[in-house]
Amino acid sequence: MADLIYQPITQLAAALDAKQISAVELTQAVIARTKAVNGRLNAFNSFDEADALAQAGASDARRAAGQGRGALDGIPVGLKDVIAVQGQPLTASSRMLAKFVSPYDATVTQQLKRAGAVLWGRLNCDEFAMGSSTENSAFGPAVNPWDLTRVPGGSSGGSAAALAAGTTVATLGSDTGGSIRQPAAFCGLVGLKPTYGLVSRFGLVAFASSLDQIGPFARTVEDAAIVLGAIAGHDERDSTSYRATIPNYRAELGGRRGPWKLGIPKEYFAAGLDPEIGAAVERAIAFYRSQGCEVKPVSLPHTQYCLDTYYIIATAEASSNLARYDGIRYGHRAAQASDLVDLYARSRAEGFGAEVKRRIILGTYVLSSGYYDAYYLRAQKVRTLIREDFLRAYQEVDALLTPTSPIPAFKIGEKSDPLAMYLCDIYTIGVNLAGLPALSVPCGFTSGGLPIGMQLIGQPFNESGLLAIAQAYERAHDWHTRHPSL
Amino acid sequence: MIGLEVHVQIKTCSKVFTRVATGYGEPPNTLTDPVVLGLPGALPVMNKAALDASIKAGLLLGCEIAPVCKWDRKNYFYPDSPKNYQISQYDQPICLGGSVEIELPGAARNLMGEHRQVALTRIHLEEDVGKLNHGATDSLIDFNRAGTPLMEIVSEPVMHSAEEAFAYLTSLRATMIYGGISDCDMEKGQLRCDANISIRPVGQTTLGTKVELKNLNSISYVSAGIAHEIKRQIGVLERGGTIVQETRDFDGTTGTSQSLRSKEMAHDYRYFPDPDLMPVKIDASWQDRLRADCPELPFPKQRRFLERYQIPFTLASVLIWDRGLADYFEETARLCGKPQMAGNWIVNDLLRELGASGQTLAQSKVRPSHLAALVQLVDSGAVLTNAAKEIFIAMFASGETPGAIAERSGLKAAPADTGELEQWCRDAITASPKALAEFKAGKDSAINAFKGPVMKAAKGKANPKLVDETLRRLLAQM
Repeated sequence: MADLIYQPITQLAAALDAKQISAVELTQAVIARTKAVNGRLNAFNSFDEADALAQAGASDARRAAGQGRGALDGIPVGLKDVIAVQGQPLTASSRMLAKFVSPYDATVTQQLKRAGAVLWGRLNCDEFAMGSSTENSAFGPAVNPWDLTRVPGGSSGGSAAALAAGTTVATLGSDTGGSIRQPAAFCGLVGLKPTYGLVSRFGLVAFASSLDQIGPFARTVEDAAIVLGAIAGHDERDSTSYRATIPNYRAELGGRRGPWKLGIPKEYFAAGLDPEIGAAVERAIAFYRSQGCEVKPVSLPHTQYCLDTYYIIATAEASSNLARYDGIRYGHRAAQASDLVDLYARSRAEGFGAEVKRRIILGTYVLSSGYYDAYYLRAQKVRTLIREDFLRAYQEVDALLTPTSPIPAFKIGEKSDPLAMYLCDIYTIGVNLAGLPALSVPCGFTSGGLPIGMQLIGQPFNESGLLAIAQAYERAHDWHTRHPSL
Repeated sequence: MIGLEVHVQIKTCSKVFTRVATGYGEPPNTLTDPVVLGLPGALPVMNKAALDASIKAGLLLGCEIAPVCKWDRKNYFYPDSPKNYQISQYDQPICLGGSVEIELPGAARNLMGEHRQVALTRIHLEEDVGKLNHGATDSLIDFNRAGTPLMEIVSEPVMHSAEEAFAYLTSLRATMIYGGISDCDMEKGQLRCDANISIRPVGQTTLGTKVELKNLNSISYVSAGIAHEIKRQIGVLERGGTIVQETRDFDGTTGTSQSLRSKEMAHDYRYFPDPDLMPVKIDASWQDRLRADCPELPFPKQRRFLERYQIPFTLASVLIWDRGLADYFEETARLCGKPQMAGNWIVNDLLRELGASGQTLAQSKVRPSHLAALVQLVDSGAVLTNAAKEIFIAMFASGETPGAIAERSGLKAAPADTGELEQWCRDAITASPKALAEFKAGKDSAINAFKGPVMKAAKGKANPKLVDETLRRLLAQM
C-alpha cells in the first residue's frame, strides 16, 4: 500500500482485514516516520518503540485468530501527554512531572486498549494544557508541519502536528477552551470536542475540571466518528460522566439527515477575523446553501463576555487542581529548602512555567475571600447566560457554523503578549463554557498555504448530527487529502 | 461559653470518594489508590453509604436535612492533604440545626441530674486527611486515613463548663454508636474534638473573644483542656489583659496550652464548589428509608426504662449507654418478668465478669435466656443467692443452662419439706427462747434468729421461702 502514513483509519482497517498489511508493518511505518521527522517537529515528548511493536504484534495475532476487535485494532493512536497510560511517562509537558510515570490507565486509555489500538507516543502540548500554541511546553515548542516556522496551535499542538505529519493515524487531545479545534484548524485536520460528560475525564490531568473534555484528532470525519465511538460512554469513576446510550457514530454517518438549518452567529465574524479565513468560511456557507440547507443569521449576545468568564472559571479551577503538585509525594522537589513553606514555594517556582504560574495566581486571586462573589460567582452566572444564548439559537437551527480561529497558524514567538494569545481562542471558548459539542473541519488554505478550519457547533449529545453535517462538506471537498511536504 | 467542633469518622467499608477500604492499624500507605494519593488525573466519586450515615446522624439529632448534598473544595497547603484541598461542605452543610440531649451530674450518685438540649449549628461531611509522623530528622506521611468519611458536628456556643462539654461528648458519642454511624474510638482517632471558648462577666449578653483549643484527643483531655483555658482567660482578664483571638494547642500530658496561630494568620480557604462532583438530590423517600432505621436514643430509653420497668436510676443509667446492653436487659426482663433482678445481675455480675475476662457482651456465652432462667430459679427459691452466684460464674465459663449446673453441682435448694424441716424449725425455736419472746412481743425481725440454725441443720440447702413459712406457721401456734 502506497503512502501508508497518510491513510485514514477506514482505509487501513480494510487493508488490515484483507491482510494486505500487518499491524506490525503499519507500526513500523509510523515509527520510521516519527524518527525521520520528529527532530524537526518536536511533536512527541516520548515514545516507546518496543511497547508499540508488542501491541501491534498482539493485534496481528488477534486478527490471525479471527478475534479482531474492529476498525481500531492495530491502528496507531497517539495520546496527548496529559492522558495517563500505565507504566508510561505522564509529564503534562511540565518540568514538575518530567520524571513522573503513571501507575494507572485513564479510562480512555483502557477503552482504546480494549478496541485494540496501538498506543503510540506521548504527545507534546502546552504545559498542563494551558496555551494556544504549544510554546508553553517545558520541552520546547512543537512546530507546524505545514510551515516549520509556525506553531501547530495548542494546547494539543503535538497531537495535531504528529497526525498532520503522518507519524500516527489518529490522536487524542484535550479541549478546555479550543485546545483540540484550534490546532486541528492550524494543521488541516478534523478535531472534535465532545459534549461535556460524554467522554470520561478519569486519568486526564485536570486543567479546568468543568471545561476539560478529551476528544479525537483524525484525518476524516468518519475516522473521528470511529475514535469517538471507542472513547465515549459512561464511566462510574467520573461523577461528571453522562449516563446515556452511545450510538454507533460511524454507522449513523450513513443516514441521510440533511438538509440542515445552520445558524451563523454574527458575533463570530467581527473585527479581527483574517479576511482569507472569513472568505473560506463564506464559501463553506455557500456550499451548504447550495445543498438546500437553510442558513440564517443568529445572535449569541453574551459572546463578548466569554473570554473574561473563561479566564475566571478556568484559572480558579486550575489554581485548585494544580495545588497537588507540591513536591511532597511525587513530581519535582526543590533540592534546597529551609522549611515546609520554602519547599512548596521553591518546588513550584522551579517546576511550573510562566503561563501556569500566571494562571495559578489569577485563579487564586479570583477565589480569595472578598473577591469570590465579584469574580467566580459572577462568572458562573454569566456562564449560564452564555449557555442560554446557544440553547436559544438551537430553537431555530440544528447547528452553528463559525470560523474555528480568527487567524491561521502564527509564527513561533509572534504572540509574546499573553492577552494576544488568549484572543486566539475567541471563537472556541464559548463552546466549552456552554458544554456543547463542536468540531473543526478543514475548509481551505490561505494564499500562504496554511490550513483553514471551520467550526461546527452542535446540540448537547448530538455528536451524530454534527459529524453528519461535517461529512456532507468533507465529501464535496478535497482539503483533507492534502498533506504537508516534510 | 463553650462550643465544640467534633469530628466523627463514619464507619464505611470504603473511603468517601473511592473504592479503597478504610481501616486502622494497617501497614502505612497500603489503603491508597490514585484518588487517595491525589495523583494526576484521579477523580472523586461519592460513597453513598457515607452520605446515608450523615443523613441518619442528622435525623437522630433532629437536624434539618439539606435537599441537596453539595461539595466544596477547601484549599490549603499541608503535607497530610494529598490534593492540597479537602473536599468538604461549605455553604450548604448536609444537616442544619438539631440538638444533643445531655444529662448533668445529679446531686448524688443515685439521683438523676438535670437534662438539657445543646443546640447544634450544623453537621457537614468531608474527607479525612493523612497522618504525619515526625521523626528526629524527617517526617513521614501515612495516607491510610486520608479519604475516610468524616462528619464535622458543630455546636452552638451554649455550654458553660467543662462538665457540660463532657456530658455533651458522652451523649453525642453514644448517639453515633447507637446509630451504627461510628465506633467513636478516640484512641483510633474516630472521634476528635476542638473547643471554642470565650468568657464574659455575669450579666453580659454578648460573647467574649473566642479562643479555639485544638487536639483534645480524649474525653478527659476535653474536660481538662477546657477547664484550663477558662482559668487562663480569667487570669488574663484579671491581670488587666485582653483575650486575643487565636488557635491554641492543648498538651494533655502537661496540662498546658500554647498558641498555634492568631486571627491574622488565619487561612483563606478559597472555598468553591467542587467541579468534579455533581450535587446529589435527597428526596423525602430517601430520608424516610433512613428514618425507619433510626434507633431509640439513650435518654428516651432511660425515661422508658424508669417508667416501664420501675428500675432505680442507678441501674438505668448504666444500662442505657450501650445499645446492646439495653437490648440484653429488655430481653432478659421480658423472659423472666423481674426487671430489677435482671438489671442487678447484668450491672453487677455480668459486667464484672465481662470486664475481668475482657469479653464483649456479644461474645458472652450467657445469653438473656440463661440469665432469665437463673433469675427465675432465685425468685422461686429453688436456688439460694450464694449458690446462684456460683452458678453464674460456672455459666459464664461454660455457657450451660443454670438449671443443668444447679442439678449437676448440687446447688439446688431442697425443693420441699421432707419432714425434717419442721423438726429443725421446732429445735431452733426451742433453742432460742429470747427470740421467741421478742417475736411474740411483735418484733417481726426476730424470726431471722431462727433461720441460721435451721439452715445450718439443712447444710444450707433449705428453701428459704419454705423455712420462713414453716417458722411462721409454728410460731403462730405457740
